[in-house]
Amino acid sequence: MSEMDEIVHEFLLESREGLDHFERDLLALEHAPQSPELLASVFRVLHTVKGTAGLLGFTELERVAHVAESLLGTLRDGGMTFTTEIAGILLATGDAIGGMLTAIEDTDSEGDTDHGELVATLTRLQNSPETAERLPEKGPGAAPVPRLGEILVDRGLITPEDAAEALDEQQRGDPRHIGEILVEQGVVAPQDVVEALATQQDVRGATVAESSIRVDVGLLDELMNLVGELVLVRNRIVELAGGPREIDLAAAAQRLNHLTGELHDRVAKTRMQPVNLLWGKFPRLVRDLAAACGKQVRLDIAGADTELDRSILEAIRDPLTHLVRNAVDHGLEPVDERVAAGKPTEGRVSLRAFHESGQVHIEIADDGRGIDPDTLRAAAVRRGLMNADSAAALSEREALHLIFAAGLSTAKELTNVSGRGVGMDVVRVNVERIGGAVDVRTERGRGTVFTVTIPLTLAIVPALVVVSGGQRYVIPQAAVGELVRLGDTQQRGIEWVHDSPTYRLRGRLIPVLDLSDVLGNDRATPEATAQGTSLVVLQADGGRFGLVVDGVEDIQDIVVKPLGRQLRGISVYAGATIMGNGQVALILDVAGVAQQASAVSANGEERPSLDEDSEVTAGAQGESLLLVALADARRAAIPLAAVSRLETVSGAAVEQSAIGWVMQSRGGVVPLVDLSAPLGAGRLVGVENGDLHVIVVHGPGGRRIGLVVSDVIDVAEQPGPLEDADQRPGLAGVTVIDGRVTDVVALDGLLAVTAPAAMPVVEEEVA
Amino acid sequence: MSTAPVTVRLCTLRLGEFCFGVDVARVREVIRFQDLTPVPLAPPAVAGLMNLRGEIVTALDLRALLGHPPRGQDAPPAINVIVHIDGGVLSLLVDGIGDVADVAEASLEASPPTLQGIARELVPGTYALPDQLLLLLDVDRAAGLVAAGSV
Repeated sequence: MSEMDEIVHEFLLESREGLDHFERDLLALEHAPQSPELLASVFRVLHTVKGTAGLLGFTELERVAHVAESLLGTLRDGGMTFTTEIAGILLATGDAIGGMLTAIEDTDSEGDTDHGELVATLTRLQNSPETAERLPEKGPGAAPVPRLGEILVDRGLITPEDAAEALDEQQRGDPRHIGEILVEQGVVAPQDVVEALATQQDVRGATVAESSIRVDVGLLDELMNLVGELVLVRNRIVELAGGPREIDLAAAAQRLNHLTGELHDRVAKTRMQPVNLLWGKFPRLVRDLAAACGKQVRLDIAGADTELDRSILEAIRDPLTHLVRNAVDHGLEPVDERVAAGKPTEGRVSLRAFHESGQVHIEIADDGRGIDPDTLRAAAVRRGLMNADSAAALSEREALHLIFAAGLSTAKELTNVSGRGVGMDVVRVNVERIGGAVDVRTERGRGTVFTVTIPLTLAIVPALVVVSGGQRYVIPQAAVGELVRLGDTQQRGIEWVHDSPTYRLRGRLIPVLDLSDVLGNDRATPEATAQGTSLVVLQADGGRFGLVVDGVEDIQDIVVKPLGRQLRGISVYAGATIMGNGQVALILDVAGVAQQASAVSANGEERPSLDEDSEVTAGAQGESLLLVALADARRAAIPLAAVSRLETVSGAAVEQSAIGWVMQSRGGVVPLVDLSAPLGAGRLVGVENGDLHVIVVHGPGGRRIGLVVSDVIDVAEQPGPLEDADQRPGLAGVTVIDGRVTDVVALDGLLAVTAPAAMPVVEEEVA
Repeated sequence: MSTAPVTVRLCTLRLGEFCFGVDVARVREVIRFQDLTPVPLAPPAVAGLMNLRGEIVTALDLRALLGHPPRGQDAPPAINVIVHIDGGVLSLLVDGIGDVADVAEASLEASPPTLQGIARELVPGTYALPDQLLLLLDVDRAAGLVAAGSV
C-alpha cells in the first residue's frame, strides 16, 4: 500500500470506530439528554472526522461533519436541549457519513449522494432551537457518572473556578480531555487526574481493557490454522508414542499434548469476540423498528461481553436479527392491546447471553402476547404438513416447535418489517448448521423466550469415528444422541415395516438408515443390514433416526477442513479431516444424510398411518409379526405393519368411559381392546393391577386403538401358511412360533367385533 | 525490429498413448502416488482425497475424466500432478510425465475431429511436436465439470 493509501486506511478504520461510539452515545443521550460527557464525546467524533476529512480532501464529508459539529457545539454549550428530533437527524448524519466512508473504501471518492437536505435540516435545527420539544429525562437507565471536574473539586484538588476555566477552554474548541487541560495549566498533578479517572471508570463500570492492541484478523486466522495443524501432529505423535518401551518419548509426547492443548485454548481465545459486536446494532434496530410499527419498545441487554468465536458470530448474525425483529413485530402487541391487558405501554425485549456447560446461550425474550400452540397446529394442518389427528396428538412442546417448521407462517400478514422468506425455519437451519439448537418457551399473554444454544468453537470439534465399507467416517458429536449395539443374531431390534427398516428405541419406532446404503454401496437388504453391528442414533431437523454402521471406534478431537469446491455440493459431507494415522476421513453432515434418504418422517418418530384402503392382511408366509403374551399364558401375534407404537401403562391408569375401556395418551383418549377376551384367553383389563402393555395400532379410518396385552415378546416372521384360517372373526389363523401355538390376529375383523364404538361413524339421516 | 514470437512452456503428461500439455506455471509439484480416501457419491472422475503435507487435496483420475479405459491391474502406480486452479489446488492422476516442451503460442492448431465428447471440451487445441501430438489440457474447465457433477 502506498503511504497515502495507508493514511486513508487508518482514517477509515478510526472513523468507523468513532461512528460506532457516535451511534451508541446518541442512543444513550435519548435517555440522558443533559449528559455533558456524552455530548462532548459525540462532538469529538465529528470534530475528528471533519478535521481529517478536510486534510485528505474529502470536502463533502468535511461539510456534513462540520454542520453537525456546529449543531453539537450549540447543544454542548447548553444553548439547546437534546430532543428526539435531533437524535433522529444526528443518527441520519451518522448514516450519511458511514455511506461516504464506504464509498471512499470502494471507489476512493466520497460518492455523489447529495446531502443538501441533511445539511439544510441540520442548519435549520441549529438556528431555531425553540421549535424542538423537550425530551423527558428517562428513568434509571443512565446512572449519573460524576464529571471529572466535579471529582477533583470534591477532593479539594482544584477550585471550582479552575474547573470552569478548563471547561471554557474546551468550549472554545480545544479538543483535549478536561484532565489534560488542568494538568497543562499546572493546576493539578497528573497522578490525581489518573486516580480521579479511575474512580470515574469504576462508576461507569467500563469493561473494555485499556491494554489492548489492534491485530489484523487475517493474522489471527493464520494463527488458528497453524494451531489446528499442530493439533493434528500432536495426535499423530501421541499415537506413535503409545508403545510402552519408549518412556522418554512417551513423557515428551505427554508434555507436548499438554502444551498443545493450552496453546489451542489461548489462540482460540484470541478469536473470541464479545457478542456485543452483533448487539451493538440492535438498540438502533429496535428503535427504528418500534417507530415503524408504532409501538414503544425498550431493549434490555445483559451479558453483552459474553464471548464467541468469530466465525460463529458471523453465522448467527442473521438468525439473531430475525428473532429480535420478530419479537418487536409479532411478539409485542400494539399499545392499545397492551393497555387493555393491563400491561405497561412500553413493551420490553431483552437479550441475554451467558456461558453454560461448554456452550453459549442467547435468550431473546419479549413480554408480549405469547404463542398459541393451537394456532400453529391449525396452520400446520392448513399447510398440509400433517393431518388433524397428528396435529392434535402433538404435545404442547412439539406444537410450539412447529414454529420452526418449513413453510409455516402464522403472521396475520407478512409485514414488510419481518420480511419474506426469512422465516423461523431459516433461523433454525442456520443455527443447526453450526452445531447449535434453538428452543422456545412461551406463556399466553405474558411473553415468549427464544433460546439459541451454540458451541464455543467451530474449527476443532469432538467427533465420533465410525467405520462403513472398510472406510472411516466421522460424525460431529453434537449430532450424536446415543449408540446402540445391535444384537448378533437375527438382527434383533431392526424391524421391517413395509420394506423400510426401523428400530424400537425404548418403545418408540425410529427410522433407520444403513450408511452403506446412503453412500451408494447398495446394501439395504435385510441380510446385508444384518452385518452392521452398531446403530448410531442421530438428531436432525427435529427428528431422530438411526444410522447402521459396521463399527464404531472412538471420540476424537478433529480439525474440520472444508472440501474443495468440486465436492462442496455433495450434501452428505460437511468437510474432511486428517486422522491420527495421516489418512483423510470424510465428515458426515447429519442433515444431509437424512435428506439423502428422506428418512425422517414429518412427525419425527412415528410411522405415518396406513392408507385407508389398504387392508392389513395377516396370513402371508414371511410376514413380520409382533409376538405378544396374553392372559392365561396364551400367545398371539399382530401384523407388525399395523403397529404404530408401544406404550406401558399401569393397571390403574386404564379408565372406564361410555365407549368402554380407555387410556389417556399424548393429550388424547385412546380406546382400548383387551386382546385376551375376544380370543378366549381370559381377561387382563380390570383384573391385573400391574403394568399393562398396550400396542397402539392404526384402526380403520386412521383412528388409533390400543390393544392390551400382558407382555411384548418379540418380532418374528410368520413361519408358514396359517392353519385354521378365518375360522373366527378377528382371527386370521393359527401358527407355531418358537414351539408355541400362536393366534394370529386379523385386525379389521377383531375391531369390528370388539370395539364397534371406535369404528368410523356412519352418517345417518335424522328423521 | 520484429517482435519475438511468444513461447509457451508446457509440462507434458502421459496418459496411455496420449500426451497432454499443461502450462508449467500451473504445475505446483509432481509427486508419486499417495493413498487416496474414496469419496462415495462423488462424480466418477474423482479418484479420492489425499493428505498432502496436511492439506486435503482432491485427486482427479484423468482417464476417467476423458472417458478412457481404466489403468490395468498390473500397471505401475499413477503419478500425481498438483496443479493450481481457481480457489485452490487439484491433483491430476496420470501415467507419467515427460519433458518440458517450449512451443510457439501461434502454432496452436484445432483439435482433430476424432476427439469427441468431453475430451473435445477439455482440449482447446493441439501443438505438433517433432515426435508426437501434444493435446493442450484446459484444467480449469476440468475442475468446473467435476464441480457441476457432469463427469
